Amino acid sequence: MAHVDDAPQVTVLPPDTAKIKKLWTVAGILGLVTLLEFGIAFGVPHEMKDLRVWTFILMTIVKAAYIVGEFMHLRYEVKVLLWSILIPMVFVVWMLVAFVYEGMSISDVRP
Amino acid sequence: MANPSTVTVPAPGRSVWDGGVSPMNASYGKLMMWFFLLSDAFTFSALLITYGLVRSSHHAYEGAVSAFKFSQAYWPIPEKVFASIPFFHNVNAPLVFVGLMTFILIMSSVTMVLAVEAGHRMDRRAVEKWMLWTIIGGLTFLSCQAWEWTHFIHGTHEGSAVAEGTTFFGANLRMNQYGPPDFAAFFFFITGFHGFHVFSGVMLNFLVFYNTVTGVYDRRGHYEMVEKVGLYWHFVDLVWVFVFTFFYLV
Repeated sequence: MAHVDDAPQVTVLPPDTAKIKKLWTVAGILGLVTLLEFGIAFGVPHEMKDLRVWTFILMTIVKAAYIVGEFMHLRYEVKVLLWSILIPMVFVVWMLVAFVYEGMSISDVRP
Repeated sequence: MANPSTVTVPAPGRSVWDGGVSPMNASYGKLMMWFFLLSDAFTFSALLITYGLVRSSHHAYEGAVSAFKFSQAYWPIPEKVFASIPFFHNVNAPLVFVGLMTFILIMSSVTMVLAVEAGHRMDRRAVEKWMLWTIIGGLTFLSCQAWEWTHFIHGTHEGSAVAEGTTFFGANLRMNQYGPPDFAAFFFFITGFHGFHVFSGVMLNFLVFYNTVTGVYDRRGHYEMVEKVGLYWHFVDLVWVFVFTFFYLV
């Protein structure tokens, strides 16, 4: 009679197929870009160093944008949050420029 | 005495300065996870950029790529260092294993985001399933890394001549057969720091999985913890994308 049921009443919603499909599409793009990177790593000769490096950097940024924008959902957050995360990244860009420039200068004077 | 129901009290939060306003429209926990990840991004950037500085301050290999030999005189070409796969001896498979690791981590990021989606729908069984896949992905990645480290430390059969004129096999923090000492030091530091993040991510994922199974989030009424730990897990994947490019490809 006095059946105690402390299990919470949970309503499970059906899967959002459109959203799930989109997530798999993003996964496919990430996989494809990685495969393309492999293609460049072995298809484009090492002598074309600048082309290789810049393509790799560009593709990395594309992958990063998909991961942060779609998987981490940042694209759909309030713009204040989006920019609070992205704007501080200028420090990283500056550090990259300054450090690599410094490194190349050291290499010039290294015996 | 006035009837309590007729007393007019100023509603809290009427002015933006009264508190109770969330301009970023995200919960405290999620916001703090975002800013933690921002600071963590700075840490990883500092490591990778310092790698860039030290690498560009060393001489690059100038000769033909097919004739490449390990030497202390120049920075090695990464694909010549990471060219082995488990169970296949003396098979030259540059970057194949690390590509597999990248794929595993991306897949575990997908299963994580599917767990978050299931959490939004309060679907406990689906969250359990996808969290378990995510944990398996993380553990697989860590196992791969353990093999890669072992191989890197033990080195190849040929070894390579070091400055003193002796032959050295593998790598430690002071010396390595692949190139300048800094090369191995950065390998251990960057992939090690990332691997530790993966490890703690697997621990957090397991905690979320445990809480899901025991019904903690059903009682709480929401699955936001899955989302927060999910942010961390995607970040770990994000860092690997950069490590893959700047340590292995470039």
